[in-house]
Amino acid sequence: MAAADQLAPPAMLDGFARRHRLRAFEALPWLMALAAYFVFPDYLALGAQILATILFALSLDLVLGYAGIVTLGHAAFFGTGAYTAGILAANGWGEPISGLVVAAAAAGAVGFLSGAIILRTTGLTLLMQTLVVAAMLLELANKATRITGGADGLQGMDVWPIFGAFRFDLFGRTAYIYCAAVLMIGWLLVRSIVYSPFGRSLTGIRENVVRMHAVGSPVRRRKLVAYTISAALAGISGALIAQTAQFVGLGALGLERSGTVLIMLIIGGVGQLYGAFIGVTLYMIAQDRFSTIDPVYWYFWIGLFMIFVVIFARGGVLGLIERARRQMRRPS
Amino acid sequence: MTQAGLETQGLCKSFGALPVASDINFRLESGARHALIGPNGAGKTSFVNLVTGMLKPSAGRILLSGEDITHLPQAARVKRGLVRTFQISALFRRLSLIENVTLAISEREGAAGDLIRPAGRYRKLIEEGYALLEALGLAADALRPVNELAYGRQRLADIAVSLGLKPKVLLLDEPAAGVPSGETGAIIDMIERLPADIAFLIIEHDMELVFRLANRITVLVQGSILVEGAPQDIAADAQVRQVYLGERRPR
Repeated sequence: MAAADQLAPPAMLDGFARRHRLRAFEALPWLMALAAYFVFPDYLALGAQILATILFALSLDLVLGYAGIVTLGHAAFFGTGAYTAGILAANGWGEPISGLVVAAAAAGAVGFLSGAIILRTTGLTLLMQTLVVAAMLLELANKATRITGGADGLQGMDVWPIFGAFRFDLFGRTAYIYCAAVLMIGWLLVRSIVYSPFGRSLTGIRENVVRMHAVGSPVRRRKLVAYTISAALAGISGALIAQTAQFVGLGALGLERSGTVLIMLIIGGVGQLYGAFIGVTLYMIAQDRFSTIDPVYWYFWIGLFMIFVVIFARGGVLGLIERARRQMRRPS
Repeated sequence: MTQAGLETQGLCKSFGALPVASDINFRLESGARHALIGPNGAGKTSFVNLVTGMLKPSAGRILLSGEDITHLPQAARVKRGLVRTFQISALFRRLSLIENVTLAISEREGAAGDLIRPAGRYRKLIEEGYALLEALGLAADALRPVNELAYGRQRLADIAVSLGLKPKVLLLDEPAAGVPSGETGAIIDMIERLPADIAFLIIEHDMELVFRLANRITVLVQGSILVEGAPQDIAADAQVRQVYLGERRPR
């Protein structure tokens, strides 16, 4: 009790009540993105892909890291967004911003409808159901050749300049800035959700779903809302990559994409908002480097890298940083 | 007769061939201090699970303040003031104590659906949580993750989370289970000091604790009520001694 008396309640609670305020380190990803634009002008196309994929991983983090929904089918929403934006642009509507909005709505709708059915289950059953949803959409895209181009991919996208002024250039400058801006909006949205009472209740669901029911939380509804928002964000990510690459292939809906984004998030650290930034950047740069150095066996090196992460960096890079910080604090 | 805080009529449930509740007619008067005892496997926790909606009864009715809640989902029952604690601490283990309590309070106040405004801006709810912890002597640990607390403190925290929901009827499922004997005192004190407008039903094995806290006792054996009455009557009941109290003092 003595400790409690020394700390008057407001002072003691201030830190807790101010968690949502921006801290200095949160500017770091954006400063680095800005610096990369000037330092690596030849890699802006890759940079744009990384920025768009970070949004995908961030959307996954919202359901996996916060709500504790394990999924291996997040590509369903990424692909829905990519095909929506792609089909629009291939059929005479290449305005990119409205393309993103429609893609988000389509992916969000798929998330809502599938989530309403599959979120009744948990654990392995749920994992299988997420796989099935993605597999069904993949087969749909494969068979609907006339609309999607099937196995050949969607050709003939014509994406108009952003705001009618900024044309997508060969060097990827426009794409890079476009993706960075959209990612920033997505990040602000996810960040505010995470620190909102809704986001805290998602964390509660992850930590102890039984108790969440017992404190009167409408758990199913909460999960569905989170799943729908996450799906919409994943759809925007897919649309960004479709618009900047001017192509959509079946891979956008594939299991490999669902798995890869999961791996990227795990490398960075799950449930910590910035794991997506770190994991995607590391993975995609490593992929780019390894495939240049060793075009035949590059996947082997990725695999070896993954094994090291799992053995030495449980909790991802962010977990590693956290442990190092604790070590440094201990002696003092 | 006055309206019961909680009432079950002909409540039945079985897992396959094993009946865990057969025709339970039970009344918890408002403001009651009531204990539910019985040997292991008598169906005490199942009764709590049925009443709170974790399990669906195969027959019978459940009434809360006279309202039929048999088919309401769990969350709706909590909103009406029917709250439980858990036999094995069910806390948000990696979250701080203040956050555990605030989560419950946010749900009660309907703030938890807000997606935009930061949780920290709901200052009143946080301060209410803190005041609750202070009243229960837990304030010093407010900022610590609950999995770092001693188990006795975790049991108190479990009750604190439930009290954050402002219950009318509180079901305490073995609140002192697994706690070293030196730490049970704080838990008993907390239960003794519960406001008079909260009716509680306590499931407990420790007879000393039961006789100290409850002014009415129901004995459950194999899913049905064996006998119910005042503590001294239960202690003197030959049947109870045989099936339950007798277990500890074999002749």
